Amino acid sequence: MISAPDVVAFTREEELEDELYSEPPLPEEYSVPLFPFAGHGANPWAKVASSKFTRDFILISEFSEQVGPQPLLTIPDDAKVSGTFDLNYFSLRIMSVDYQASFVGHPPGSAYPKLNFVEDSKVVLGDSKEGAFAYVHHLTLYDLEARGFVRPFCMAYISADEHKIMQQFQELSAEFSKASECLKTGNRKAFANELEKKLKDLDYTRAVLHNETEIQKKANDKGYYTTQAIEKANELASVEKSIIEHQDLLKQIRSYPYRKLKESDFHPYEPESALDHANVGCDQDLTTSDLAEPGETHLYTHMPSYTPKLIKAKSAKCFDKKLKTLEELCDIYFFTQTLDQLHQIERTFRGDVCYLLTEQISRALLKQQSVTNFLFEDVSFLDEKQYRGCQGLSQDAMDRKCSEESPAPKVVISLGSYKSSVECVPIKMEQEIEDSQEPKMTESVTFEHQENLDYLDADIKGSISSGESIEVLGTEKSAPGLTKSESQASLPVSPSPQAGRSKVGSRRTVSEDSIEVLSTCPSESLIPEDFKASYPSAINEEPYVDDEEGGLHFTPKLNPDNADEQEDISKQENLVQVDSACCIGKESPNFLEPLPDLGQKPCDDDGVVRIPPQPYRQAEQGLRGSFGGFPSHDGISGGLLPYELDPRYLTGSREVSRSSLDECSDSTSYISSAASTCSDRTPSPAHLACQASERHKKKAGQNALRFIRQYPFAHPAIYSLLSGRTLIVLGEEEAIVKKLVTALSIFVPNCGIYAKPVKHWVTSPLHVVDFQKWKLIGLQRMVSPAGVNVLHTLSRYSRYVSILDADSKTLRCPLYKGTLVSRLADHRTQIKRGSTYYMHVQSILTQLCSKAFLFTFCHHLHLPISERESEESIVNRRMNFLKLQLGLANEDIKIVQYLAELLKLQYIQEPSQGVNPMLRFDYVPSFLYKI
Amino acid sequence: MLRWLIGGGREPQGLAEKSSVQTIGEDQIQNPYTELLVLKGHQDIVRFLVQIDDCRFASAGDDGVVFLWNAQTGEKLFELRGHTHKITAIAPFSSPDASEEKNHLILTASADRTVIIWDCTSGRQVQKVSCFHSTVKCLTVLQRLDVWLSGGSDLCVWNRKLDLLCKTSHLTDAGISALVELPKNCVAAAVGKELIIFRLIAAVDGSEGWNVLEVKRLVDHQDNILSLVSVNDLTFVTGSHVGELIVWDALDWTKQVTECNFWDSSVHPDVQPEIKLSQSPNETSVQHLTSDEECVFAAVGKGIYVYNLQMKRVIACQRAAHDSSVLHIEKLPNRQLISCSEDGSVRIWDLREKQQLPAEPVPTGFFNMWGFGRANRQANQAAKKVQENTPMYFLELVGDLIGHSSAVQMFLYFGELGLATCSADHLIILWKDGERESRLRSLTLFQKLAQNGDLQLRF
Repeated sequence: MISAPDVVAFTREEELEDELYSEPPLPEEYSVPLFPFAGHGANPWAKVASSKFTRDFILISEFSEQVGPQPLLTIPDDAKVSGTFDLNYFSLRIMSVDYQASFVGHPPGSAYPKLNFVEDSKVVLGDSKEGAFAYVHHLTLYDLEARGFVRPFCMAYISADEHKIMQQFQELSAEFSKASECLKTGNRKAFANELEKKLKDLDYTRAVLHNETEIQKKANDKGYYTTQAIEKANELASVEKSIIEHQDLLKQIRSYPYRKLKESDFHPYEPESALDHANVGCDQDLTTSDLAEPGETHLYTHMPSYTPKLIKAKSAKCFDKKLKTLEELCDIYFFTQTLDQLHQIERTFRGDVCYLLTEQISRALLKQQSVTNFLFEDVSFLDEKQYRGCQGLSQDAMDRKCSEESPAPKVVISLGSYKSSVECVPIKMEQEIEDSQEPKMTESVTFEHQENLDYLDADIKGSISSGESIEVLGTEKSAPGLTKSESQASLPVSPSPQAGRSKVGSRRTVSEDSIEVLSTCPSESLIPEDFKASYPSAINEEPYVDDEEGGLHFTPKLNPDNADEQEDISKQENLVQVDSACCIGKESPNFLEPLPDLGQKPCDDDGVVRIPPQPYRQAEQGLRGSFGGFPSHDGISGGLLPYELDPRYLTGSREVSRSSLDECSDSTSYISSAASTCSDRTPSPAHLACQASERHKKKAGQNALRFIRQYPFAHPAIYSLLSGRTLIVLGEEEAIVKKLVTALSIFVPNCGIYAKPVKHWVTSPLHVVDFQKWKLIGLQRMVSPAGVNVLHTLSRYSRYVSILDADSKTLRCPLYKGTLVSRLADHRTQIKRGSTYYMHVQSILTQLCSKAFLFTFCHHLHLPISERESEESIVNRRMNFLKLQLGLANEDIKIVQYLAELLKLQYIQEPSQGVNPMLRFDYVPSFLYKI
Repeated sequence: MLRWLIGGGREPQGLAEKSSVQTIGEDQIQNPYTELLVLKGHQDIVRFLVQIDDCRFASAGDDGVVFLWNAQTGEKLFELRGHTHKITAIAPFSSPDASEEKNHLILTASADRTVIIWDCTSGRQVQKVSCFHSTVKCLTVLQRLDVWLSGGSDLCVWNRKLDLLCKTSHLTDAGISALVELPKNCVAAAVGKELIIFRLIAAVDGSEGWNVLEVKRLVDHQDNILSLVSVNDLTFVTGSHVGELIVWDALDWTKQVTECNFWDSSVHPDVQPEIKLSQSPNETSVQHLTSDEECVFAAVGKGIYVYNLQMKRVIACQRAAHDSSVLHIEKLPNRQLISCSEDGSVRIWDLREKQQLPAEPVPTGFFNMWGFGRANRQANQAAKKVQENTPMYFLELVGDLIGHSSAVQMFLYFGELGLATCSADHLIILWKDGERESRLRSLTLFQKLAQNGDLQLRF
């Protein structure tokens, strides 16, 4: 960890401010703006006081065709979590903002029902009355028995902290997409199975009917058909039609493009893909052979367990049936996988957003230090896939800023290729069919569009006139369709189908009047150019938008190369602004960009806040009431500098630090007990491993603090550890020794990316191999003869070790006269909390690492500049560098040299073979320290 | 030492007794070995280390397994398994042909009465001989004749193809304990107290066969000969269990000097028991001998003695060099001496000239150790001689290497690559010059950087 959350707490104090800024400048991304309302007795947690639940949770709801929106389950599955929060009501809310409006059934011009491969939609929704904000992820699952074969579901991450939802949108979206994909994969599998069964039933039914008809034919030679025979024939015909329909459905479901197979590391897809290969073979058979042939049945022999049933010609309508549960809809395996993933999400996003962001920044920065990060950090988690989303993001922040600019969330991109107007166009197996569909689609869309114009109109009027703060902050995801949207804009009239669709969403919004829909539509949907004309209110915003553009310093600067793209983006921003009354480009970067000057924000006379392109700030405005209507945030946002790091982090940290001083990692925070009603009071661990290490860090930090206060010879002890000399903590009581070992373990540099070279408790005599392996050892002191033996070996190897005697409180180790450790372990330190001290240590160690890095990778410090240069002069140069350039004194040099050796070893090590653990030592005299 | 650790009365006896042994503090400026690498593999005492080429060596011991190691990286190259009992002798056997790919072989003899030839390049067993009647205790390769000798209860001569060329009759049950090559196709074999000289004679029929002939039996030693070393073409030296050191002429096998009961030529049988009263035989046995052109270095009991062949006297000694028996001693090119001992330590000694003579010459102390007057007088005479003629030398302890927890059986000096030590604690330790290693790592680092193209920042 590089950051220190205590800094957050200090910002409350006015006088500390100066001190803070007189310090060497804090990296910009960590600088913490003062809480603007500090002087007015307000506290930053008051705004979320209204929420009725204690912590974030995940809600899965369904829009049941029988009973309407209903909550299915929550994660964590604990009634206490949701508290008095009305899940039913909220389910209604979140299900009502589903934009995908599944279009299933017989589309015009198509003979068969078409499955609609809809992409999920991701929406942010707020309910200020309930104090709940949610990231809502809509998805549809297929069910043969359901109306239109689809069942709409949604997963919602519900938090009291709006900023969290907004700032973690991408991460949430990424994680939920994974969960959703998992569910859908399982569902497709289950659906295909269901279809196969149904087909077998139908086949069987047809055979039976056919036989009956034949019998009738034979029985009756009259030359004409009886009504009974005709009925039978009709029935047969309908069954045959049904067979064809179902076969078509099966074909469709199986032809689902496995685009996400490239995410092959995602576990659940593996069996699926294998299965599908097998199925593809079947498909080909199915398509090539005449299905009417009786021999066809052999295809199904691979599912022998199923015996076909006779199907009634007219199946019962669905209201008397029990709908399948979510578990049944998806394969049980995939269902549990999904639940796991959701639990993972819950854990990942637990806690305050401030903490999450700091975590993410730290992780991103840590990830960059690929050469040195193993030394003092636990880097194992960097590789874990749980963090792919966040990491990918931070990677992007660093090396692909331009692509960051593209407004669509990455996950969606990775899910792949939106076909244009994917939502409505049923995906065809053959391209030509799709083409032939196109005109009809447009027809339906224009109709829809017409209809929505009205809604849109109503929407805007409503939002302006009513005193209710209806804020619809939505945006269309426009990345893939960027070019398209532009071209659309230039066309005189060609309303995009999605535009209409999005309006459907806003329409729904209007109907729920206290709700704030901060929406994201799943596909590009921008109001065409000509829309502007018809909506004066939107046009009015334009000048403001321009101002805004001026304020966004970094967007153009970041990316001079991609001028075109920039243009696109800015253009699109314009469009978005126009559109802002209903939909704002949430996923576009400007959504997250700081609004430089909110003071300029035009407020309507009637007090209704106009919508800036910044949903979360906007939301804050809505919350401002509790702070007595502060005019603006000028002070904070005015001085924003163009910043090279990912801008969202910047804003993130600023926003966050202001919004919540809630404890970040340490539950002993005095603040949290008093004021925080924020989403979660538990420390927010990134995931399980982290949770453990988090606790460990805290504990280690506390113990270390105690150690440096208690032991006046803490410095030489820490120096021993830092310089790679094994430190042995000797004591009779295991608990005391272990505590000391834990305390000191934070100073131990790692030798590789694996576990720390720390052994907490040893009772047997040590060998030289142990010193090679472990750098910090807790050793039992025994009074028995065996114990003497242990001590004997210890004295034998005394040149390799420093010995801290926990019982007599003595230390035997080399002298330390450097300055570095005193900064690291000042016994008069004001730091009180363990985790803070841990972070303090980490920051100094990080600094140390950078010195070691410089030292290691400076070519001329190790190799001759000219060929004739003597070794001696290189040594001189090396020492000069250490002393003068790095400012190291005395023994500090040895620390850096040791770290440099570790870096070298790590770097030159072949990936196949591990580092050969070697023991480096010095022949230096040791001294005995006593208290 | 660490008295504070153990606390007042709990210090074991052993620690207190060490006062007589010279010790060096933790501040060892001249000790270059500041890095160590522990090589694990053996399951029992490691007794032998043998150098194969510039950077490889083999280790063998009581577990019957031979390991090949890279002396630079410590990498285990091969694990040669074939013997069922402990290994009793090992010798490198390089092919004499000067072809590019020098074929490195090693011979190992084991208590399972077999000898195996291994190929060091492929790590395979080349051939196995198992027709021995007794354990082969020593192996010598006569590079010049392209034959090798195995010494057990008899002496056998083999050629490269492992054909038995000839063998002697059964000598003793105890068998040959040491073999050394002498000029004129002769070898000296130590058999108990006797030293037997054999000569190899080419077969008369002109085939490549050899006949082995016992030429002479030398019975001058009072006790078992423990060490046998050839100094140069003219001299070889033997040392026995009771501390006799005899310098032989390598051509006519006559005694040149006998330093018996410590360099006293006239052996007085009546004195012997007296010595044994004061000293256990182990303390006087000549465990190992080594030599350079002018001096013989003897590991005698716990001490190290430097015997100058020209001056025919001990020029320097360290009578309590270690806490217990010195097992192996080696002279380094830079006038340094390394010794290893049963006490688990390896010590580095510097043979230095004494600038001004001290009042008390060193050898006196040495002879005093034996506690009988005659030697003392002799020593005084010798000391006087020294004062008149030549500069005095002394052995200065410049460093000790502590790593093994049990007796260090042997070591192998690899020059700047470092030092390999093997021990009864089943470990081999590579001692390295930390500075040099650090430099090498930097070099590798920058090579790898250039290779990876990492010199341009990627992140």
